[in-house]
Order: sequence, then structure tokens, then C-alpha cells
Amino acid sequence: MSDMTIVDARGLSCPQPALMTREAIRKLGKGSIKVWVDTETAVENITRVANNNGWRIQATPQPGGGFQLELEK
Amino acid sequence: MTAISRFLTSRWGPIFTGGVIGILAAVLVKLGNPGNMGLCIACFTRDIAGALGLHRAATVQYIRPEIIGGLLGAFIAAVAFREFKPRTGSAPLVRFLLGMFAMFGALVFLGCPWRAYLRLAGGDWNAIFGILGLVVGIMLGIIFLKRGFSLGRNHNAPKALGFIMPAVMVTLLVLLIVAPLFGRDASGNPTGPIFFSTTGPGSLYAPLLISLGAGLIIGFLAQRSRFCTVGAVRDVVLLKDRHLLNGIIAFVVFAFVTNLILGQFKAGFTGQPVAHTDGWWNFGGMVLAGLAFTLAGGCPGRQLFLAGEGDGDAAIFWLGMVVGAGLAHTFSIASSPAGVGAFGPAAVLVGLAVCSLIGFTMREVRA
Repeated sequence: MSDMTIVDARGLSCPQPALMTREAIRKLGKGSIKVWVDTETAVENITRVANNNGWRIQATPQPGGGFQLELEK
Repeated sequence: MTAISRFLTSRWGPIFTGGVIGILAAVLVKLGNPGNMGLCIACFTRDIAGALGLHRAATVQYIRPEIIGGLLGAFIAAVAFREFKPRTGSAPLVRFLLGMFAMFGALVFLGCPWRAYLRLAGGDWNAIFGILGLVVGIMLGIIFLKRGFSLGRNHNAPKALGFIMPAVMVTLLVLLIVAPLFGRDASGNPTGPIFFSTTGPGSLYAPLLISLGAGLIIGFLAQRSRFCTVGAVRDVVLLKDRHLLNGIIAFVVFAFVTNLILGQFKAGFTGQPVAHTDGWWNFGGMVLAGLAFTLAGGCPGRQLFLAGEGDGDAAIFWLGMVVGAGLAHTFSIASSPAGVGAFGPAAVLVGLAVCSLIGFTMREVRA
């Protein structure tokens, strides 16, 4: 049974989206995290954070703009 | 186009961008820009403030095409790659203050982080104190970020908002070319509203089209690769992520090698161009600048390029830098090659106090 955490980092400046994701990763250890962001820069930064911590990540553009990132470990 | 974008957002993006900027910066000095000042976002913004008459320090007044090109290059990249996204509303007033104090700190040192690295690459060892200060300032910013500091969320804005800064830059370009002289001085000679230095660093510049072209290239590359001289240190400390730092290393190495090739490398503390030797305030000025840039989310170059993407808050930060430049010279805060300005140290201490207060008090307020 995996936990699910949602991080809403839309509209926040660097490095907050990546920092919030890193905190969620540390807190959870393993499981699933959904992250909402609204810039490609945040997607790139969070992808590196996820990869550096051994998490898989999938980014999906959202219809109204922005991205949903699904992280799993 | 997609291949270019993929390359620039890959791990090689910041490295390529840093290398290109390093080479261009050294070449711009060869072609006329002041020594170790091929590019300096703070100094060049200060020169623009002077050219607009916001300060009357006669040696540092020129409308720098590199700034115009930088923002417009980022604008073009953002439009071309569908990242042009007008937005605003993340504590603009606080960002204005941060821009102002970042400028105070940078002008006490005599350079923004870009120039700190370029001074190092030119052999100006005074830059070492500045870079140490920059790192300390970024560390202070990280402490605040870890404690929950936030300037809050921006929100989407009408497209028109994103066109304001590109329009401002085009206007500056027109003013640079036309250089209107509407006023008359006491002797009846034509003067202002645009002022250009006839001596000092403001009178030293590369040909307009080359400076503008270099700015366009830099803005384009940096928008795609997210090149940031403050984020580089911040991300290593905070996130153990070297992605941006690699870009800074390339920046310094390529500027250093180009300086060597062009015979511009001159190692030492004294006699360095547009620099003073007060190590303590070289350090202190950049502590303030590093803190202010970190709280605002990126270095002055990054703020300029974000403004090109349509980020109204980054634009306000840059405008804070413009006003800060004006005040820095009228209040004797800015240093000169002769040494630190009369009120430079006081301004750094006040700036550190205000920025710390901002760091302690600004939190996201959820609706």
C-alpha cells in the first residue's frame, strides 16, 4: 500500500517547487507524489530532484496550462 | 528547433551557455567595453539609469545594448518555444525593494555576480572577496528558504503585460540611437534628457550592433538553459544539484581562456579596472547582493530574462535595480576605483537588516 502526497507549487519562484518536492520525497521515503507546477523550468528542476533521489517521474501537460508530475518509488 | 531546445535544457545547456557568455564577455572588452566588464547586469543597468538622468554620475551614463538585447533575446526564445507566459502578483513591492538593495550591494562591490566571475577570470583577485561574500549571502538566503520564506504565488496576467518590458527595451534602443537633446544647460548648450559619458567606464563601449547582437544571443541561450549565477550555488547547497554550477564553471573557464588569448588577463589586486581593493566591503557588498538575489529567486541576469518571458515580478525587481542605481549614486553609496563610497557600508548594513526582515516575515498566505 503506497501513500499519496500532493504538492501544489504553481506560481512559486525558484527554488520553491523543487524544494517542496524534495521535502515531500524525504518525508515519504517511498510511494507516490503528485506535483502541480506551471512552468517548464519547474518541471526540469523537479525532474532532476526526482532522478537524483532515485524516483521515477512522468510529466503530463494540463489542459488549462501547467503540468502534473507523477513521482513514484 | 526542438533539437536546439532539447540540447539547451539538457545538462549541456548551462555549460554551452556559460561558455558562449564567457567568450562574448571577453570579446566585448576587446571591442571597447570597460575592463573585466564585458557584461555586468548591475553596472549596465546603472549606466542606463545614468543615461536616463536618474543619477548624474557623469562617468557612468550609457544605454547598454547588452541589456536591451538580453531581455529581447529571452523574449524571442520564450515566444519561439511557447514559454511566453505573462504573470505577476508575487509580492511585487518586496521584489522592488530586493532589487534596490541588491543594486546597493553590487555597487559597493562594483559588479553583479556575472562581473564578479568575470573579474576573477580577468585576474582581479579582489573578486575573490566578492565571490565569497556572494556565497555567504546565498547561504543566508537558503536559511530563510528552509525556514519557509516565500514571496507567494504569481497568477496569470493578460498578454499585454508581457509586452511591456520588450516595449521598454525597444524604447531604450530608440533613445540610444536618437540620443535626444531637448534641454539647455545654464550656458544654453543642448543637454539631456539622455546623457552619455564622455569619460570613464560609461564612455567605453563596443559597437552598438555587436553589443546588441551579443545580448540577443545571450538572452536567447540563457532563457532556454535557465543560466543563473545565483541559482548555481543555491542549488548545489540546497538540492545537491550541480546542473547550473557547471554553467558557471564553463563561464569562468572560457572567459579566462579568451582573456589569455586576447592578452587581457592581468593578475593582481591593485590597478584593476573599475575595482577597489577594500576586501571587507567587497565581501560585505556581495553578501547583501547574494541575499537579495536569493530571496528574489535568481541573479540579475535571470531576472532580466524572466522579465522577457513575461514575468512582471522579475520586471519590477529590475526596475528596483534601476531606482537603486539612481539612489546609490545620489546617496554616495556606490564605490569607485578610489574606494568605498561614504555611505556604502551603512547602506549594506541597512540592506542586510531590511532583507533579513523580509526573510523572517514573508510567508505564503493561503486564501
